[in-house]
This record gives sequence, C-alpha cells and structure tokens, in this order.
Amino acid sequence: MEMRAVFGSELDRMMESDERIVVIDSDLSKANGTLFLRNKYPERAFDVGVAEQNMASVAAGLASYGFIPFITSFCPFATRRICDQIAISIAYAKQNVKIVGTDPGISAELNGGTHMSMEDIGVIRSIPSMVIFEPVDAVQLKKSMPKIVEYDGPVYIRLFRKAQPQIFNDDYEFDLFKADVIQEGKDVTIAASGIMLSESLKAGELLRQKGINAEIINVHTIKPIDSDTILKSVAKTGCIVTAENHNIIGGLRSAVAEVICEKCQVPLRSVGVEDIFGEVGTLEELKIRFGLTAENVAAKALEAVEAKK
Amino acid sequence: MIMDKASFEEKSKEIRRLTLECIGNLGVGHIGGCLSIVDVLTVLYYSQMNVDPANPKMEGRDRLIMSKGHAGPALYATLASRGFFPKDELYTLNRLGTNLPSHCDMNKTPGVDMTTGALGQGFSCAVGIAIGSKIKKDGAYIYTIIGDGESQEGQIWEAAMLAAHKKLDNLIAFTDYNKLQIDGPTDEVNSLSDLPAKWESFGWHVQRIDGHDHFAINEAIEKAKKTEGKPSMIILDTIKGKGVSFIEAAGAGNHNMPITKEQLEAALQELE
Repeated sequence: MEMRAVFGSELDRMMESDERIVVIDSDLSKANGTLFLRNKYPERAFDVGVAEQNMASVAAGLASYGFIPFITSFCPFATRRICDQIAISIAYAKQNVKIVGTDPGISAELNGGTHMSMEDIGVIRSIPSMVIFEPVDAVQLKKSMPKIVEYDGPVYIRLFRKAQPQIFNDDYEFDLFKADVIQEGKDVTIAASGIMLSESLKAGELLRQKGINAEIINVHTIKPIDSDTILKSVAKTGCIVTAENHNIIGGLRSAVAEVICEKCQVPLRSVGVEDIFGEVGTLEELKIRFGLTAENVAAKALEAVEAKK
Repeated sequence: MIMDKASFEEKSKEIRRLTLECIGNLGVGHIGGCLSIVDVLTVLYYSQMNVDPANPKMEGRDRLIMSKGHAGPALYATLASRGFFPKDELYTLNRLGTNLPSHCDMNKTPGVDMTTGALGQGFSCAVGIAIGSKIKKDGAYIYTIIGDGESQEGQIWEAAMLAAHKKLDNLIAFTDYNKLQIDGPTDEVNSLSDLPAKWESFGWHVQRIDGHDHFAINEAIEKAKKTEGKPSMIILDTIKGKGVSFIEAAGAGNHNMPITKEQLEAALQELE
C-alpha cells in the first residue's frame, strides 16, 4: 500500500472521532493523498493554494484555537521555504502543528533539484522543540499517526509517498522516541533512516557473506535522537555507519556524530548525499548517482570495522 | 464600556502615558508605532471587545492579534489599564525574565492572543483563528492590526487572498497607516501605492478613516460587523508618535528611539 494512502486513511479515521484535527494543503492534495478528506470534512480539510508561508501561520492560528492542524506540501516547501514560519508562528509560539513533507531527498525523482530536500532535516533540526520523524513503512506510519496526534507539540513528518518494502508486522509496538533495532549484531552498527533502511538490510546480507555481523537500527525519529539505543549499540560494536537520504551535513550523520563524540567515541562512516544538489532521474538511477546503495553502505561498514583496529 | 468622547480621550491619554512609562523605564523602544495605535486599542478594549480580564483565556472571547508585534508596549499598557495585570508590571518591559518582551508573546502575557514579531505572520495567524472560530461557530470577532511597512511582506497578501476566499466576515483588520517605516517614508522606501484599492481588489470590505478619531473607529467597526461574506480592512490614517510633539517631530526616527528621563517627564506633562 502506498504511504500516502495510509496517511490519508489514518487521517480520515482519526478525524471521524477527533474534531480537533484539521488538514491544510497547499495545492498538492492530489499528490499527497488528502483531497478526498474535503468531501467528508468540508470545514476541517481545505486548501490554501500555493502559499506555504500562509499555510504554516494559519495552522498556528488554528492550533492556538484548540485545533491540531496537519499541513502538507513537498519536503522542500514544507521546510526550507517556510523555515521562519515554522520557527516563529509554530515552534516559538508553542503551537501544536504537524508538518508533513513528502518526497524526501532523491525521491522527488523527475521533479529534480528544485524539489529535492537534501537539507530539510538540518533546517528543522536546528529549530528548538521540533520533533523530526521519518516513517520507514506503512505499518510504522499507521502506528505512528495516533501517537503524533497525542504528542502535544510540533512534529515534522518526512514522508515517502509511494509504496515501501514492509519492515514491520502488525504486532509492532511503536514508540515515537525509541529507535528500532531491526537486526542485532556485534561488529558494526548501521543507523539508517527512511529508504536507506532497506538498503542497509541488503548491506547486512553483503556483510554477512564477508563474515561481518551488522547491527541495524532504524532511526525513525531523528530529533530528539534516541541516544540510549545508539550508545548501547556502539558500546557493543565499536563503530557505526549512518545511512540517510539527505545531505550528510545536518541530518542523521550529524545527529549521530553529536551523540558519539560526546559520549562514546568510535569510528563513524556515513552514506548520504555528499553536500551537492539533486537532479532529475528515477529513484533507482539516483540511488546509484548519489551512492545511496547497499553496496556503498557495506563498503563504509567495512571501512568502519577496519578503523577500529 | 465607554462611548462618550471625553472618556475615550481620557482613556487614550492614560494608555499613552502608560506606554511611555513602560518604554521609558529602560529608556528605549518602539515608541512611534505604539503611540499611533493607542486610539484603536482604546476603542477595541473599552468599547468593542468581548474579553474578561479575570479570565484572559475565556472560550469564545474576541481576540486581537497584534501582527505588528513591535507595538507590544501599547498593547501591554492597554491590557494593564483594563486590569489584565498590575500596572506596575509595565516597568519590567524587556528586563531579563519579564512577561513583557518587546514583541508580543502569548505564552507570557495575560491577554495576548498570539505570539508575533516576525512581520506578516501574525496576520496569517489571525486568518487561521478566524477560520477556527467559524468552524466552532462561537460567534467571536477576530481583530488584527498590521503596519503599513509590514504590508510589504508577501505573506500579508497570501493571507488576504485566503481570508476573502473563505469569506471571513468575522475578521476585522486595521492598517496603522502612519506612512513611515524604519528606513524612511513608506512612499520612498517601497510605495504601497493605492492601499485601499489593493485591499478592495483582494475582495475585502474597505474603509479609510482618521485613526485618531474614536467615534470614527467605533463606527467603522460597527459597519465591519454588519458586513456579510467579506473580511474587513479598516485603514487608519495615523501619525507615528501621535500625542507627543517631539516624538511626532522625530518622524521615521521614532520607530525605535531612546527617551531620557527628562523627555519622559515632558511627554507625560504634554499628555496630562
């Protein structure tokens, strides 16, 4: 099932019983799977047109009136374009707005560099009080939605729109602030987010063939990062690789580096976009172009293991 | 609730004095743009708004979003005068740990309905609040004050478009049209050209009045309340620094100006 379909149907389900929930789009409701909500909730689901700054502050106003607004756009327009509105109208004013950006990083595919957010996590991470969440599959997204509504504060949801390989079963228990140890291992920790988790699992297989046993962690919440889980893992493995669909500056690598530099200094290697802008291409082509592949994760893991010696 | 000319004028003088004492304690602040909106604040808080100083978060109350957030001290003086908090607290303006920062903060000050200061944003927040009030059908009126310089922000016009599209007739906005901004006269910095025509073309009900005439302000609000299907913009022709001659004479320089103890005394005397 496509992630956007899960997102829309969960909103629908929650809006039925929770009159506080409002959904505001900025001319991307078809892309983001929220258009149908307007038929059922004509007052609480609406479009502001191509005006993301206004969307963010309107949402803050609604939040101040007791509503819980979800605002949607593509990642770059939901973050860097409205950075000041998120910082002031939402975060500084302590307004409970949920910001949903879709098509993170290279997943903007044929929309290319203008629509590729390589810096959105960095932008949002530096704003006090923001929570940043990147669901990895449909099960996790579905389980996360009520928790995100329950959490009283602004959350940025970095949402891959299309279908994602299933990682979790229905009995998965979600904790917004707890990273998931997907696979236990002893030689190297791989901390991955979003589409890079699947690549990391494949990398785990490649490493096994070389006799390396990788511990693979899904860091679904990049801020606040679950430092306990990371520190516990690196205390065991002695090195770590980060894997993210984002600039290596400002995102998961930076967050992990902050944790291990202060608390447990071990070799760190990283896979991510190496401080360059995006370009057009299919997702599979772009993964290769930017090195966001299982092979690269495995190669960096071997480097990290080597650096322990 | 007051309605007679003498009471309005006396109350506005008091609020101007409190505003100057508030800013004068530290000796610097956004004096000009505070004094220009005291008369509209007087009418709102003493004649129009359904608010309760003893219960500043009352459900369904009318709200004021001070989108030109740097006019915080004028709002604080009005709220203190109306009894939202003790007048003595005005002397804490901009002291470390104060509940009265330069720019309005809804999480700090009783009676402040939105955190503002990044220009353009408060106006959008007011639109969001007006939408919220419509959804809840609580019958509240949502007031907001924007600056003329602030009207150069693109976000103002994004919000203006949406407010008209959503037919927010519970939204009553004021422009403090004092024709000055930090870098000089608005017409020289980046002209707003025909401001009433701009708002009309965006689908708003527009009135332009003397922003220091309490009766005119009161009447314009009444007309705005009777307007159905459209948000209202009341353009207030104002004088930046209104009420104190040497502050008015400072022109664009009064946006954020120092004031000595002697100047404060002279200003307070002029406002007796």
